[in-house]
Amino acid sequence: MLAKRIIPCLDVDNGRVVKGVRFVSLVDAGDPVEQAKRYDLEGADELTFLDITASSDRRDIVVNLVRRVADEVFIPFTVGGGLRTVDDIRSILRAGADKVTLNTAALDNPSLISECAETFGSQCIVVAIDAKRRHTSSELGWDVYTHGGRKNVGVDALEWVTRAQNLGAGEILLTSMDRDGTRAGYDVQLTKAVSEAVKIPVIASGGAGKLEHFHEALTSGGASAVLAASLFHFGELSIAALKDYLGHHDVRVR
Amino acid sequence: MATVAIIDYGVGNLRSVEKAFAAIGHEAIVTGSSAELQRAQRLVLPGVGAFAACMTTLRDHGLIDLVRDRAAEGVPLLGVCVGMQMLFEESDEFGTSPGLGLLKGRVRRFNDDLVVPQVGWNSIHQRCSHPLFAGVADNAFCYFVHSYFCEPVNTAAVIGETEYGVNYASVVAEANIWGVQFHPEKSQQVGLRMLGNFAVSDML
Repeated sequence: MLAKRIIPCLDVDNGRVVKGVRFVSLVDAGDPVEQAKRYDLEGADELTFLDITASSDRRDIVVNLVRRVADEVFIPFTVGGGLRTVDDIRSILRAGADKVTLNTAALDNPSLISECAETFGSQCIVVAIDAKRRHTSSELGWDVYTHGGRKNVGVDALEWVTRAQNLGAGEILLTSMDRDGTRAGYDVQLTKAVSEAVKIPVIASGGAGKLEHFHEALTSGGASAVLAASLFHFGELSIAALKDYLGHHDVRVR
Repeated sequence: MATVAIIDYGVGNLRSVEKAFAAIGHEAIVTGSSAELQRAQRLVLPGVGAFAACMTTLRDHGLIDLVRDRAAEGVPLLGVCVGMQMLFEESDEFGTSPGLGLLKGRVRRFNDDLVVPQVGWNSIHQRCSHPLFAGVADNAFCYFVHSYFCEPVNTAAVIGETEYGVNYASVVAEANIWGVQFHPEKSQQVGLRMLGNFAVSDML
């Protein structure tokens, strides 16, 4: 039986990890390879790197990072942030990344999803979506946002994920902008609605604060995987402890 | 030490496979050169994305006959992911597409009531002992990403099975032709161990 996945997310700027600097045992806490190895040892099922570099030679920096991680870490990893063209994506995949996430670029140009799926295969195209609850109508619903939750794109989240799937997305990385950073728990209603709307795997993100939150996203929410950042980085929760908890609560983990 | 050649026909994350061999001390080269592939003592056939596209690309690189000939010579050949599927006669992906036909059987899509593709870590039940499994525990987890699975005619060739809606062949071996549906290069120590077993085992 397929195991549910636990995915730590690392923010990188200029090739250095800018969150997760409190791993005391690391030789170089900001080194992505060191951190990736550490998470690998802890039992992470995959890793996601979110690149926030704002520099003209950004692509070279990211490609170099990907190459270094791929040389030493033998679990799957995904790279996202600022990828806009088929060429950007090709260089990341050729350097050794397994998947890329597309967010704003896919909203601006949905055919990028199908172009990439045809060129590289759906299995490496993860469409990331930032969703926020609508408060304008009495009916439960979510809008798609960009720019860190500041800009409403005016697209319904369930319509967008369905379209992304039909265009060839292999997975959905679903972040609740209402819950992101709150530690109040994943938006289980959103996760469930999206999991039911698509047939491809859904990775829940945004809001993890304690063990029970992961459990409900993977069970009631129907997610295939859960992603978290700060909770893992600052050593508040180890992946081993999380897997132990899930395993004792009828969730299959590796 | 045996030279492993990873067949480069323009698809897949070949760098990771190369580095995985390197990590366990085996020299592997990534090459699309017929001369190098003729000389290699072992071949790895990778593959990602669509079956038909992989076959077409392999044909465009003029490598189909080479792979078939070398397999017929008895050279150990390991198909990985779609590379495993390509070892079979045909696939149902996008109508029907012919494969290399080195193993009898076809490739079918997972049932529609499942989440497809299957993405993640699943366990491998070893149906028999085999050099590929040396030092690998039964039901060990490996990393899978796929929507289609192989249905070998010769069930004795199914040496490893995995459950995803159905019990399907996740590892096959018939004489010098081996295939793994998961990504050994992304399956931590378990995957590296199997790549090492392929690199050293004496199959003939």
